Amino acid sequence: MKWGVVRFPGSLDDSDSLYALRDVMGQDATMLWHKDATLDGVECVLLPGGFSYGDYLRAGAIARFSPIMRSVEKFASDGGLVIGTCNGFQILCEAHLLPGALTRNRSLSFICEEIHVRVENARTPFTRAMRQGDVLKLPIKHGEGLYVAREAELLQMEERGQVILRYCDADGRDSEDANPNGSTRAIAAVANDRFNVFGMMPHPEHAVEAMLGSTDGLGIFRSIASRS
Amino acid sequence: MRVKVFISPRKGILDPQGRAVEQSLHTLGFESVANVKVGKYITLEVAAKSAADAREQAQRMCERLLANPNIEDFAFEVSE
Repeated sequence: MKWGVVRFPGSLDDSDSLYALRDVMGQDATMLWHKDATLDGVECVLLPGGFSYGDYLRAGAIARFSPIMRSVEKFASDGGLVIGTCNGFQILCEAHLLPGALTRNRSLSFICEEIHVRVENARTPFTRAMRQGDVLKLPIKHGEGLYVAREAELLQMEERGQVILRYCDADGRDSEDANPNGSTRAIAAVANDRFNVFGMMPHPEHAVEAMLGSTDGLGIFRSIASRS
Repeated sequence: MRVKVFISPRKGILDPQGRAVEQSLHTLGFESVANVKVGKYITLEVAAKSAADAREQAQRMCERLLANPNIEDFAFEVSE
């Protein structure tokens, strides 16, 4: 599968994402520049983490109007696969490609730690290589990861299975302590209602080799790659 | 025309900043304080034919970029 990683001014995890895809996964992956008008024929677009445009105004609010985002929106509306991690998730919400929004952590502090998430829906292009109930150990590093959406929207998302990952403890159980940022319903990742756009706050690209502390991020990339 | 834009967290949306400021005010003895919200105040100048035109432009700016309607409410004032 051919992947495109979009580099915005202020992206941080673009190189790590490319490394995870190319060097670890052996995928065909290319870097895309935020001013590019086209997507270079890629089959999956990855919006990486970081602080695009310094997180000015709101995280992702400025990046969402980058020239390349028009192509990403068109690509998504044509059914193309789009994954956003951390800041990429924030950008996808700002672009209304995903429901809801990400706001300041409940603690008001930046959090950098390993957390656990549970796969809530394994029948998506982003989770199909895993099983429902699988627990993944992944790192998070964000100041604005508290997921919010309107109550009616949340109910609809739960019904349709759009809540893809939920924070949990190491054994996969729900607990307030295991919700690092105070996200509504402990939501860590969501998909759109067509299940071709996916956003997650944890970082799969930082969990792809044993020496990084976890290889659980591979489950996400393998799922996407298994489509081709 | 000058435009003042006021953005605040939407009612019912968690506002951890507002809550922290409220708790701090209580600690300082301002027990009477409730419903603290921390928002943004943006000023800008816009070339407009009339106040109505400026208001119409401001409305679109707020809807498209300045505020996120999912989580924020906005209001603005237009003056010469």
